[in-house]
Amino acid sequence: MAILDVLGPVMVGPSSSHTLGALRIARFAYKFSGGIPEKVKFTLHGSFAETHKGHGTDKALLAGILGMRADDERIKDAYKIADKLGVEYEFAQDDLGDVHPNTVLIETWKGGKSYNVMGSSIGGGEIRIVRIRDVECDIDWEYNTLVLVMKDKPGAMAGILKRITKNIANLYMRRVNAAENRAIGIIEIDENLPKEDLKRVGECDYVYELFYIPRD
Amino acid sequence: MNFGDLVKRSEEEKRPLHEVILEEEYEELGVPVELTRKGAAKILRAIIREGARNFGKKQKTLTGMTGMNAWKMKNYKQKLISEFNRMAMISALSFAESNAAMGRIVACPTAGACGVMSGIVYALWKKDENFDKLLDSFIVAGGIGDVISKKATLAGAEGGCQAEIGSGAAMAAAMLTYYYTGDGEKCAHAAAIALKSLMGLVCDPVGGFVEVPCVKRNATAVNIAIASSEMAMAGIESVIPFDEVVEAMGKVGRALPESLRETGKGGIAATPTAKRILKGLKL
Repeated sequence: MAILDVLGPVMVGPSSSHTLGALRIARFAYKFSGGIPEKVKFTLHGSFAETHKGHGTDKALLAGILGMRADDERIKDAYKIADKLGVEYEFAQDDLGDVHPNTVLIETWKGGKSYNVMGSSIGGGEIRIVRIRDVECDIDWEYNTLVLVMKDKPGAMAGILKRITKNIANLYMRRVNAAENRAIGIIEIDENLPKEDLKRVGECDYVYELFYIPRD
Repeated sequence: MNFGDLVKRSEEEKRPLHEVILEEEYEELGVPVELTRKGAAKILRAIIREGARNFGKKQKTLTGMTGMNAWKMKNYKQKLISEFNRMAMISALSFAESNAAMGRIVACPTAGACGVMSGIVYALWKKDENFDKLLDSFIVAGGIGDVISKKATLAGAEGGCQAEIGSGAAMAAAMLTYYYTGDGEKCAHAAAIALKSLMGLVCDPVGGFVEVPCVKRNATAVNIAIASSEMAMAGIESVIPFDEVVEAMGKVGRALPESLRETGKGGIAATPTAKRILKGLKL
C-alpha cells in the first residue's frame, strides 16, 4: 500500500468496500459498455445482497454505470438521475457461486449489444474484475485494460502484440467458442495506449471487437 | 518497514522525518518525492474544504439510526475540554455523519474512521492556517498508517475497530506531535500510546452499517489522540516501541472472533436494543 492510499482517497461514504468498490466495478462496466447503457441489470451476491441499501451499494452501482466518479456527491441521487436519463435498471439477488462475499454481476445493453462484467469488492476500495463477457480473469484495474474478441487462429495474438508499442503488464487469453474459432484476450498495460496502437489493433481482420478501458 | 528505522535514519542523516518518509516511498515504490507530496497536498486540501462545508451541520444518515450529533455538539458550550478538542470533535462528528449520509469524505485511513484524522487536521488548520507545516505532519501520519497497513491491517473486517479508529488515533497523535515538536521519536511514542489505548477495540456496527457506534467513536478517539500526543510531548515514553505495538495489534485482530469483525453479529450489534432497532428499519 502506498502512503497516498493510506491518506486517501477522497470518496463518497459510507464504506470503502460497499460503496467505493461497488462504484469502481460499475465504472469499469460503464467504460466497457462504451458509455451509459440503455438498460442495466445488477445481480448482487452475498454481503452485497444482504446489506446493500444501508450502505448505498445500490446507489453507488447505479452511479458508476452512469459514469460518476468516486467523489461525486450526486451518487446519492443516482436513481433520480438514471430516471431522468431514461436508463432502465434492475436489481436482483442471487448466489453467484464460489466468489467473494462482495460480488456483483453487471449486465448491460447498449446499441443492440449486450455486455457482462462480474466484479468483487475486496476491501479498502480495491476491486477484482473476475469475469468479462463470461471469460474468467483477475483484473485489479490498476492498469489500462484492453479486451479483445478475436479469431482463434495461429499468430493472431502475436500479430496483436506486435501492434502494441507500450509495456504489457499482464496477458490473458482463452478460447470461448471452438466451433466458431473465437477467443477472448485481455491485455493489461502500464501506460496509456496511444490512439494509433488501438487503431492498428482494430484493423487486424482477426479482431472482431475491441474495448479499451483506461484506469481512473 | 519499521517506523523506528525511519526515525533512526532521520536522526542519523539529520533530515526531517517527513522527508525521510517520502524518500522511503520513492525507494520502495518508485514514486517520485514531489508526486507523493503533491498527492498528499491534494488530499489535505479536500479535508480542509469538506471540513469547512460540513462543520456542525445537521445531517441525516442513510438508515436514520444516528445523526444530528455534530450540530448538537456545536450548539453546546463545553465545560471541561479545550477549544481545540471541541473543534476537533465537532469536525470529527461532521465527517463521520457526512460519511454515513453518502457525503464526500476522505478515507484517511478508512471511511468508517475518517473523522479522527480529518477532525484534527481541520482543528489544526482553523487554529494556525499553516498549510506547509500541516502537510509535513500529515505525511508523518501517512508514514504511521503505512507501517500499520504493512505489519498489521487497517481493515475492520480483518482486525476489528482497533485497526480503523485505533490506527486513525495513532496517526493523528503522531501528526499533532510532529506539528508541535518535529521530533520523530516523540511521534512514535504518541502513536504507540494511542494505539495501545484502543487495543482490542471490536468492530460491532449495528446491522453492519457504518453508523452506530462508528460516528461517536470518531469523536471520542480524537481526544485519545490529543491526550496521547500531550503525554509524548511531556516526555512520557511508551515502554513498548510503536513497531511492536503494531505487531501486537495485528495478532489481537487475528484472535478476534468473526462476530467482532464488521459482521454486525457481536458486541453492541447483538444487544436487544440493536435487534429492536433493526426490526423497525425501513430501507
